[in-house]
Amino acid sequence: MSERNTLPEIFESFADARKQGFLAAKAVKDAGKNLVGYYCTFTPVEVIMAAGAVPVGLCATSDETIPESEKVLPRNLCPLVKSSYGFAVTDKCPYFYFSDLIVGETTCDGKKKMYELLDEVKPTHILQLPNEGKSQRSLDYFREEVQSFKERLEKEFNVTITNEDLKKAIQLKNRQRETLKEFYNLMSLTPPPVSGLDIHKALYGSEFKFDKEAQIVEMQALTKQIYETYKVEGSKISENAPRILITGCTIAGATEKIITAIEENGGVVVTYENCFGTKAVEEMIDETLEPIDGIARKYLNTPCSVMSNNQDRLDKLSELITRFKVDGVVDVVLQACHTYNIEGFSVKRHVKEKHNLPYIALETDYASSDTGQLKTRLGAFIEML
Amino acid sequence: MIYMGIDIGSVCAKGAILQGDRLEKVILPTGWNIKETANLLKSTLLTQAGAREEDITRVVATGYGRVSIPYADKKVTEITCHARGAVYLNPNARTIVDIGGQDSKVISVDADGRVQDFVMNDKCAAGTGRFLQVMAHVLEVEVDELDQLARYDEAVTINAMCTVFAESEIISLLAQGTDKGAIAAGILSSISQRIQHLSSRISVLDQLIFTGGVSNSNVLRHMLSEKLKLEVHHHCDAQFAGAIGAALLAREICD
Ligand code: SF4
Ligand code: SF4
Repeated sequence: MSERNTLPEIFESFADARKQGFLAAKAVKDAGKNLVGYYCTFTPVEVIMAAGAVPVGLCATSDETIPESEKVLPRNLCPLVKSSYGFAVTDKCPYFYFSDLIVGETTCDGKKKMYELLDEVKPTHILQLPNEGKSQRSLDYFREEVQSFKERLEKEFNVTITNEDLKKAIQLKNRQRETLKEFYNLMSLTPPPVSGLDIHKALYGSEFKFDKEAQIVEMQALTKQIYETYKVEGSKISENAPRILITGCTIAGATEKIITAIEENGGVVVTYENCFGTKAVEEMIDETLEPIDGIARKYLNTPCSVMSNNQDRLDKLSELITRFKVDGVVDVVLQACHTYNIEGFSVKRHVKEKHNLPYIALETDYASSDTGQLKTRLGAFIEML
Repeated sequence: MIYMGIDIGSVCAKGAILQGDRLEKVILPTGWNIKETANLLKSTLLTQAGAREEDITRVVATGYGRVSIPYADKKVTEITCHARGAVYLNPNARTIVDIGGQDSKVISVDADGRVQDFVMNDKCAAGTGRFLQVMAHVLEVEVDELDQLARYDEAVTINAMCTVFAESEIISLLAQGTDKGAIAAGILSSISQRIQHLSSRISVLDQLIFTGGVSNSNVLRHMLSEKLKLEVHHHCDAQFAGAIGAALLAREICD
């Protein structure tokens, strides 16, 4: 295992924000902790925490490293996969750079094949994920996968993970989920207290707070502060602003252009049924179960389009539509993401027939060339509401 | 009380004025300087209507250049404006196919001209006026001449959807000595195929009205109506649908 805690050679060429990221990750290493990088909502981070290591999300969100990745990967591939690989091989992502171990799951084709190549850059542990979320044999299988992940961590980091360690991690993560949920539930108010972009930025930013306890305290304070201000001063958002639910592929960084296009056209994004939004947060781990069992059950239930079938996503959409009083649904598909693209049809039918709400699907990537077109499309969509 | 709608497209800038029941329209090439064009559009409209600047109650701007019009009171997307304008021109319209310079769209509307659903082409130029422009250039004709040139019954199949590839396909067709008229028909047929593809994602209802600069092409109209199995209606003022819609919206908006 490479015990890395020096900065990369190209550090000095980075802009300030990225330098800060490198320094923050280095601080974790300097404090003697291990970093474990992961890419997906299916990663059981509790096991990483129970190993005394720090989990960090690596999902890349900019097109900066795509040209580099296309030397190896095909062009016609999801930008998230390409960009993530690109950051891994260029030393440009602080968290990948300092990670001691990488975790991936066999989710979509793009990711699982990319992980095979990633293993050549840094040790990558793959959790085999069954496609069928709801059966006993899937659960038995995935439980074993979580168990071997635990064993791998014990071996890599030379630690013993006890049931107590797991239980503590579960409680902490559950509390963090409750906190995040309370925070984004603020958007169910009419008018919403802040913009959807503000909510997104706070949720995304909180991913990179390594101290979970501190993150919980900060989030609670922020929730309270927003609510108090709202009670006294009201909201800058109009009461008549159409309330939009965003669903589909992960959006952050480059794809924030979608949130911006919605909100500049007078809409407000009230909730995100995606991986920096509700997808990882809504379901808690049952603390009364044996820890590995509880962990396996929760993660297997993730309503992601890589699962077959994924009725859970439709049910969750219905619940969110009611909870956040949604007026229209925007479905985001990253280019070449087959699972979300195909599932778009079921989502459209569900939203239109069951809820009688307008729906629009957008296919986009990490480039900015379609910004104007997105503005027109989303503008027309909002004018329709 | 006069209401103005300005529609700045990538090729042509259109303006409409509503004064009671009276409708005045102006069309100009967009040119390089959108602001200048927009000012010229306004002054020409005013002269034509015999009105003064102070008489203008409200201006709504639309089209891809809508953000660059300093005197607009409100900006509305071309989709909403087109829908409204097309239903004004033809009250029976329920589906609008619009082929513009940069994009093409299929819009479904209700009797009040309100958008029910719409689809737009993706980033690339396939199926847009731009595609026609590039292909006409290869044939060394103007876009409006494609129609006359086209030999409907002999249309060749153009396989490439991408503008760049289609261009080289046409160059090699010409090199093989393929008849220009057959190629011209092939180009128009390729556009109608894109539109058919686009409209498969939306419910296409009778009556269908075809708008945008390209809608003057009889051949294209004919091809579209064969592909969509629906009569394709046209209106002599179809090019002004966006500007008229914008003027109507300017009248509707209550302050
Ligand atoms: S969308 Fe699915 S595959 Fe992608 S990060 Fe989320 S859970 Fe993982
Ligand atoms: S967006 Fe789709 S293709 Fe891309 S990583 Fe996620 S599931 Fe895979």
